[in-house]
Amino acid sequence: MIRTRSLSYRYNSEKEIAFADLEIASGDQFLLLGESGSGKTTLLHLLGGLLKNQHGTIEVNGTSVSALRESELDRFRGKHYGFIFQRNHLLAALTVEQNLLMAPYLAGLNQDMIRVNEVLEQLGIADQKKKRIQELSLGQTQRVAIARAVLNKPSVILADEPTSALDDKNCDRVSELLISVAKQNQATLIIATHDQRLKNRIHNLIQL
Amino acid sequence: MNLFTLIFAYLKARPLNTLLNILLLSLGIAMITILLLFSNQLQQKIADNTKGIDLVVGAKGSPLQLILCNVFHIDFPTGNIKLQEADRLAKHRLVKSAIPMALGDSYQNYRIVGTTHAYADLYKAELETGVWWRHDMEVTIGATAARLLNLKLGDTFASAHGLSEAGHAHEEHPFVVKGILKPTFSVLDNLILTNVSSIWLVHEHNGDEHEIIKPDSLNASVLIPTAFASDSTRELTALLLKYRNPIAAIQLPRYINSQTNMQAASPSFEAARLFSILGVGIDALTGFAYMLIFISALSIFIALYNSLKERKYDLAIMRSMGAGRSKLLWATQLEGVVLTFCGSVLGVALGHMVLFLFTTLVTESQTAGVNAFVFYIEELYILVASVILGIICSLIPSFQAYRTDIHKVLAQG
Repeated sequence: MIRTRSLSYRYNSEKEIAFADLEIASGDQFLLLGESGSGKTTLLHLLGGLLKNQHGTIEVNGTSVSALRESELDRFRGKHYGFIFQRNHLLAALTVEQNLLMAPYLAGLNQDMIRVNEVLEQLGIADQKKKRIQELSLGQTQRVAIARAVLNKPSVILADEPTSALDDKNCDRVSELLISVAKQNQATLIIATHDQRLKNRIHNLIQL
Repeated sequence: MNLFTLIFAYLKARPLNTLLNILLLSLGIAMITILLLFSNQLQQKIADNTKGIDLVVGAKGSPLQLILCNVFHIDFPTGNIKLQEADRLAKHRLVKSAIPMALGDSYQNYRIVGTTHAYADLYKAELETGVWWRHDMEVTIGATAARLLNLKLGDTFASAHGLSEAGHAHEEHPFVVKGILKPTFSVLDNLILTNVSSIWLVHEHNGDEHEIIKPDSLNASVLIPTAFASDSTRELTALLLKYRNPIAAIQLPRYINSQTNMQAASPSFEAARLFSILGVGIDALTGFAYMLIFISALSIFIALYNSLKERKYDLAIMRSMGAGRSKLLWATQLEGVVLTFCGSVLGVALGHMVLFLFTTLVTESQTAGVNAFVFYIEELYILVASVILGIICSLIPSFQAYRTDIHKVLAQG
């Protein structure tokens, strides 16, 4: 459950963006559409607690995210959110398995190998577990990034332009994966994008 | 997954850079360790070797030479003093005890010292095998000398005049080995000990065969009971004195230097002077070692600083996954500390290893008695200091990690 009230963010003395109030139920899938510079990433980062100092309130699963102190916010992020970015941002020094284990480690949760194997299985990359990130194909790294985002069973998955750099075929595959993985893990999915192709798959739209 | 796995993965991801940084630091640390071992043991040796000797009296010349020759046995004698004069001094009221020293001969670079058993007692020497020398031409030899000269009980050898191998050999008067000492870890280990009259005997020319009449207790020398006190031909190299009381320390050297033909030198004073001369070299090497350490610290700082720029997405993504600012700060600090700690452990080990190789391969160094497997508390300080160095090197990079602006970095793509 995500709820925002009179949310706005001031970039500098001239530019300020006000966002319409949102109400997103648990398990819903939303598309955050808008052109570059429309504030998609800003809103996504505000919802995800990556950005602070906004006006208005944000409530996620009954917790007022906007009121949390920074260290509380760090912990809250680790337990409740999964992030996926346009670039995968995996830790290149680590193996696939180690990358996945970073999620529970940093969130202060149990490092459960059974869960790691389960997620890798879901995404069809179980055989890549011991490989280094550089040895994987682009498609495989995307799956690893998705696996990492869902590993802690977050209640909210936030994706920032996950498909905009992909061709139609890969776009289909990644969006399909995201939607099904979010469903399997009963997570709310919010995708910020300017990629119109995703409209065919997710029908709840927030237009900025 | 934990902080160490992450850090080792990062270090392993840049193996050459990591290796270079660790090696560079370990070289500096190894040098410090070697200097530490060397100067500490040298100081210890000097203290051990001068223990129980308050004053050395010998012929006029360089006081440092007098000490080096008669205490450390590394320089040549300054000349001889008359037994008569030495006797007179030995009876002085401020002198508690006097040990005669007659040098001048050697066997394959190992010095033969004509002295009394009191000299061996000075270093608490004990017999390994055999007996102490009793008669003329009998010797008791130090542990290192026995081992390196391969001398056993009953072996005989001819001494050579002078203190180097090239000297004229006294073949007509062979010495016989009567005893071998246990190691004392002092200068004694490298000496061949005999009585003073043996030295005299070796140097007598066949022509003037000495009188066979033995002196009795009334007219015998105090120092050498087998010689006449009135014998003006007999000479010694030096006397090792022990003061009777603290006043002697003030009066005796002044008396000897102004009232007699001899000079007095204090081993502790001259040793301190010698060490301050050597100290310049040690200081220069230490300075060089610190420079190496400084450069390696700089190199570690640059490596961390650069890798942090490459890792800005890593840092941001870790924050997004729940890592607090302080966790990233510690991770970066720990990476610096792991580097410097590995470097210094390797450096200390390397220092001991180099010294071990040096002492095994270079025979001369064995006579100096430097041991590679002595550990000092200072080495622990080195390890602690290296941890502090690691913290300092990673101070700026870790602060950068701390300040990572996740929104800005992740909004870039």
